Amino acid sequence: MSESAKITMATAWLDGCSGCHMSFLDLDQRLIELAEKVDIVYSPIVDTKELPGDVDVGILEGAVSTEENLQVAKMFRERCKYLISLGDCAVSGNVPSMRNTFDLDEVFDRAFVETVQAQPGRPTESLPTLLRTVVPIHHVVNVDLFVQGCPPSADTIWYVLTELIAGRTPDPTQITRFGA
Amino acid sequence: MPGPPVTTAPGVKVRVVTLKINEHDIGARETDSILDVAQANHIRIPSLCFLEGLSTWGACRLCVVEIEGYPRPVSACSTTVSEGMVITTHSDRLKRYRRTILELLFAERNHVCSVCVSNGHCELQDLAAECGMDHVRVPYRNQPYAIDSTHEMYRVDHNRCVLCTRCVRVCDEIEGAHTWDVKGRGIECQVITDLNQPWGDSSSCTSCGKCVQVCPTGALVKKGTAAGEMEKHDEFLPYLAQMRGNQ
Repeated sequence: MSESAKITMATAWLDGCSGCHMSFLDLDQRLIELAEKVDIVYSPIVDTKELPGDVDVGILEGAVSTEENLQVAKMFRERCKYLISLGDCAVSGNVPSMRNTFDLDEVFDRAFVETVQAQPGRPTESLPTLLRTVVPIHHVVNVDLFVQGCPPSADTIWYVLTELIAGRTPDPTQITRFGA
Repeated sequence: MPGPPVTTAPGVKVRVVTLKINEHDIGARETDSILDVAQANHIRIPSLCFLEGLSTWGACRLCVVEIEGYPRPVSACSTTVSEGMVITTHSDRLKRYRRTILELLFAERNHVCSVCVSNGHCELQDLAAECGMDHVRVPYRNQPYAIDSTHEMYRVDHNRCVLCTRCVRVCDEIEGAHTWDVKGRGIECQVITDLNQPWGDSSSCTSCGKCVQVCPTGALVKKGTAAGEMEKHDEFLPYLAQMRGNQ
């Protein structure tokens, strides 16, 4: 395949544990094969600072939990032709959404006061504003493909990407599920 | 364990009827439910509140099927067969309904599979996979529900309860204790022990654990189980129900 035929791909890590990106790296030697067909133009694992304006495939890991997460999700939707919601946090809210049953003040106090010994107190700067409710990505922007799993296995990610590269629409429900 | 033979009270005549399920000609007893007949003929119909050995409840509606000439789908577990029925179990409409029901179940309470002790051994999780539910389209309610850990061996997490009432039925119909019951209506509905007292304070609970074993999700579990460790075993139920029925 010629260099110009490569598809472009961008990934971002919203409110999650980065396990989905770890699973992506678990592709191991298959990453070399993938690199022959895909250019990763923006991701926590590359050094690009700006999401390009026209990307073929966008992959979002993590739930939408902060104002910054919300902005990134919207930017990905605007700039990516095909958007994938990767992992249970992105698809269902998963563990980050467990704070939704608590009052936000209680959450702040638990995180920054009750469980902190050195300089307990709420930070006043350098932190993105928390949204009142953590939501899955498709509750704020349209998503083209949902890949469940916590995290989805490397084999699942490989299946999804190779199907897309081949021009087919993958059906991840056949090989993964919530909590997998 | 094979299921017990189906018996009928002596002297009662049961006719055999013929019907079609998914274009297959099938013969069945007129007292059988559509779900009974489908299962006997290896036709899979998704269900959640139904459990062989317990009375039929018809609450979850996942087993809805279409019958030719009927204006709307009916639940297969609580509808008996009749002569000439033409039944469809997996039309596009039924698949859409089942998926929507599952989405509503996931949205109503707080089911986070990845940190559930029943992860990988959960009927709700399995049904979501079977019915192609890859995301929930409706807003999550995010309402907090209580967790009762007062029983010395078991725990109830109402966040993961789907109100199938299997626990209520097995406790009443098989164990005979009737510790479990239901309070409230609609989204306020909740299973309770005794007169809504902590499970650990229950004077009627025999700690037999049947409720835990028949619970399809991680709502009723054994204490001390970590994520993914809680496997349920309800194979005992049809045999036990049969033996109790013969007494």
